[in-house]
Amino acid sequence: MAVRARGRGALTRFFAAQIVLTLFVFVMLLNSAAIMVWVERKVAALLQQRLGPYLVGPKGLLQPLADVVKLMFKEELRPKAADAFLFGLAPIISATCAFAAFAVVPFGASTTFFGLLDEPLRLQVADVNVAVLVIFAVASMSVYGIVLAGWSSNSKYSLLGGLRASAQMISYELSYGLALASVLLLGNSLSLTDIVGRQAGTWLGFIPRWLVFVQPIGFLIFMTAGVAETNRAPFDFPEAEQELVAGYHTEYSSMSFAMFFLAEYINMVTVSAVATDLFLGGWHGPFLPESFGWIWFLLKVSAILFFYVWMRWTLPRYRYDQLMQFGWKILLPLATVNLLVTAAGVLYFGL
Amino acid sequence: MTLFYVFAAIAVVASLLVIAQRNPIYSVLLLIASFGALSGLYVLLSAPFVAVIQIVVYAGAIMVLFLFVVMLLNAPHEETEADERRHVLLRSGALRFGAVLAFALAAELVWALSQGRDTGAFPGASVASVAAIGRTLFTDYAFPFEVTSILILVALVGAVVLAQRDHPLDRERP
Repeated sequence: MAVRARGRGALTRFFAAQIVLTLFVFVMLLNSAAIMVWVERKVAALLQQRLGPYLVGPKGLLQPLADVVKLMFKEELRPKAADAFLFGLAPIISATCAFAAFAVVPFGASTTFFGLLDEPLRLQVADVNVAVLVIFAVASMSVYGIVLAGWSSNSKYSLLGGLRASAQMISYELSYGLALASVLLLGNSLSLTDIVGRQAGTWLGFIPRWLVFVQPIGFLIFMTAGVAETNRAPFDFPEAEQELVAGYHTEYSSMSFAMFFLAEYINMVTVSAVATDLFLGGWHGPFLPESFGWIWFLLKVSAILFFYVWMRWTLPRYRYDQLMQFGWKILLPLATVNLLVTAAGVLYFGL
Repeated sequence: MTLFYVFAAIAVVASLLVIAQRNPIYSVLLLIASFGALSGLYVLLSAPFVAVIQIVVYAGAIMVLFLFVVMLLNAPHEETEADERRHVLLRSGALRFGAVLAFALAAELVWALSQGRDTGAFPGASVASVAAIGRTLFTDYAFPFEVTSILILVALVGAVVLAQRDHPLDRERP
């Protein structure tokens, strides 16, 4: 409403900035997926004492581009017995959900871009006051992409992959939600911007007021459930090669396959960004002024992403029943106890 | 107002298509679309919390289970009943009961709409604030809230008992 009081020019500029910001986030997410593919291959090579991609571009940096071009020129195949409509819809759902979740993630403090705008603009596509729940809702919708891909392919490997994915995501969503809830209690808000705002400053002058120091177990639960939610190793059962060929995307080729691939990497980036906002203080950090906070944000997200990749190439895959046991019998009770202890702490000590 | 008609149209059309579909998978997906449109309507009523919960609970959790069941049963098309051409009230057991319920629902709807009076705002301040919703649920509506949770628990226990393969009561019989 404050915007309405300004002149027409300022308003137009404000909306233009908003549109530019949205496009910027979209393009950066696409880029981050490409960079992550390169990082993934380079780190994998490092850990396996290989060179990794090094021919295309400097240090193999253009390898993802070459991969995309290759995928584009591949033939788009569809099994004869597949359900044509759903087969086409599934990758679209996956990719859309991956992008949509990032819309409510703030990644920097409000800025006027060095006086370019009259009104400070939040570095966030949509400032929703129930942002945490929106992320949770979008995550729960992204199951459909995988399930439908598995079912509509009409192939047993795909169906098994799809079923596994949905069972896994439903199981770990509970722990994920409970870990989120304990942060919400401490942040006393459902808005990510508010929760990040509460993590400014330090305790005793040198410990940053990040929630990870108050919620270490919550952070571990969140990250574990996040790995399972994004179907990454060591929880990558939906696409376990040895058992299921390629899982739910066995029958997909060309750009439809690329959409699933893209969705996986963007989901990773989103989970890392949400973890940064919730537990690692978002854009708050020492040495840099508030307006350059996004540099801290990028650093923190990159650190978590590196950890993801590192874990993938270090840990072997679990067995499927172990995954389910771990989710229901260890992680979920732990998350519940964590939530209760947090609630008691907030109630009696006013944390 | 335009948005209201868009969402309302999607909700109504999707709901109608749910029962018009022969393929149960498409019925489930159309129901999800209908829930999504409802959620949009909640946003227009400035109740974002309810809107998101609608997606998380109904579209995200319950419909995934529906989809699961439909996929596992792998029922590609609905069986066409032999007595399709007879009048609904003349059909056997469950169908007749369903028809009676449907007529009752239609009658109630007509009655409720013909009253046409404003029911007034939702008691307990605004539905926009999560804190207000929580406070209302645990004070004014504490009893219905707890009763609902017991109802769900009973349904849960019932489902477990029904799904049990070797029932302890069956084992005693020869």
